[in-house]
Amino acid sequence: MAEFTLPKMSKVRKGKHHAAKPGAKNVRSFHVYRWDPDAGGNPRMDTYEVDVAGSAMVLDILLKIKDEIDPTLTLRRSCREGVCGSCSMNIDGENTLACTKGLDELPQGPVSVYPLPHLPVVKDLVPDLRHFYAQYASIQPWLQTQSAAGSRERLQSPDDRKKLDGLYECILCACCTAACPSSWWNPDRFLGPAVLLQANRWIVDSRDEATGERLDDLDDRFKLYRCHTIMNCTNTCPKGLNPAKAIAGIKQLLVSRTV
Amino acid sequence: MSAYPGQDSLRTPLKIARALGPGRSGVHHWWLQRVTAIALIPLSIWFLFLMGTLVHASYPMVLATIAQPVQAVFLMVLSVCLFWHGALGLQVIIEDYVHTRWLEITLQVALSFGAILGALACVLAVLAIWLAGAAQH
Repeated sequence: MAEFTLPKMSKVRKGKHHAAKPGAKNVRSFHVYRWDPDAGGNPRMDTYEVDVAGSAMVLDILLKIKDEIDPTLTLRRSCREGVCGSCSMNIDGENTLACTKGLDELPQGPVSVYPLPHLPVVKDLVPDLRHFYAQYASIQPWLQTQSAAGSRERLQSPDDRKKLDGLYECILCACCTAACPSSWWNPDRFLGPAVLLQANRWIVDSRDEATGERLDDLDDRFKLYRCHTIMNCTNTCPKGLNPAKAIAGIKQLLVSRTV
Repeated sequence: MSAYPGQDSLRTPLKIARALGPGRSGVHHWWLQRVTAIALIPLSIWFLFLMGTLVHASYPMVLATIAQPVQAVFLMVLSVCLFWHGALGLQVIIEDYVHTRWLEITLQVALSFGAILGALACVLAVLAIWLAGAAQH
């Protein structure tokens, strides 16, 4: 009925220790979450002592570990400049992008690196985002119109275009959704901050003609209203966006068409 | 909730994400919760003032005060708003944290009846005092 202890598989063991190489100039310890589905068993925290001289970002260090110390470390990365959203993970207790998290932004001492919390782990730092992407697909993130297409683009005034600012920049890294307690407790029914911000992006688009249907689909005690304005999403967003405000915008529109 | 959603190998992730579709009842609950919350602000302040004036009052004086029509009506409105708002809030907490289906539904039903019972008891108590006071005059 109620679960008061972690599932057995969630208990993290102490892992291997990789000492710094001789001649290292500026050594810093990194505790990294490791779990291999092929090996089975519980996850472990490996410690890597890395020479951080010449490195700026956490992703640089993780790639250095993979290249020079331990090639078995698995992580996602692609653009390494905060555009693709692949390297989202939990660094020193905060969901963020490893590629834009500077080593100088972290407090002194060892750095702990975990996959995004409350998601199934595929391997090491790679979480399973299938459900997250499916929830994104469920809001139909494309322009929907009934008016026939003209001979050129559908036009938008500069003022209407401005309404998309703060929404279109979302890269779907899932940092916010994985930081949201409501998403932790009800991932099956609550859409989560990232998907709701994206939903709002299409709701406020002046060219989209399915606004009413989009609002109908969100008028649900769980899909939208599990948001209790905890604001973890806004605090953690590595792109500096405000999903909480976007969600408040949807709630406001739903009220304004009823009252 | 047991397994994380989307782990079923036969159903597509989109099928699981879309599930049974929207319940179409979110905005009503949200709006009522806000309206009762805002109503409770002046009502609570008024109630505190009323309690302040009754601290050293004798029992017949308290009865006489409550029997005044304005006080009686406000007390009844306060009772209804309080239990209504409380029930709406507790309902959300149960939805958030109780994931054993039979227990969740039992708690929700118990909560609804409990809140109505509480509000009804308060309203009837105030009415009884009001009507008894009116009968004396």
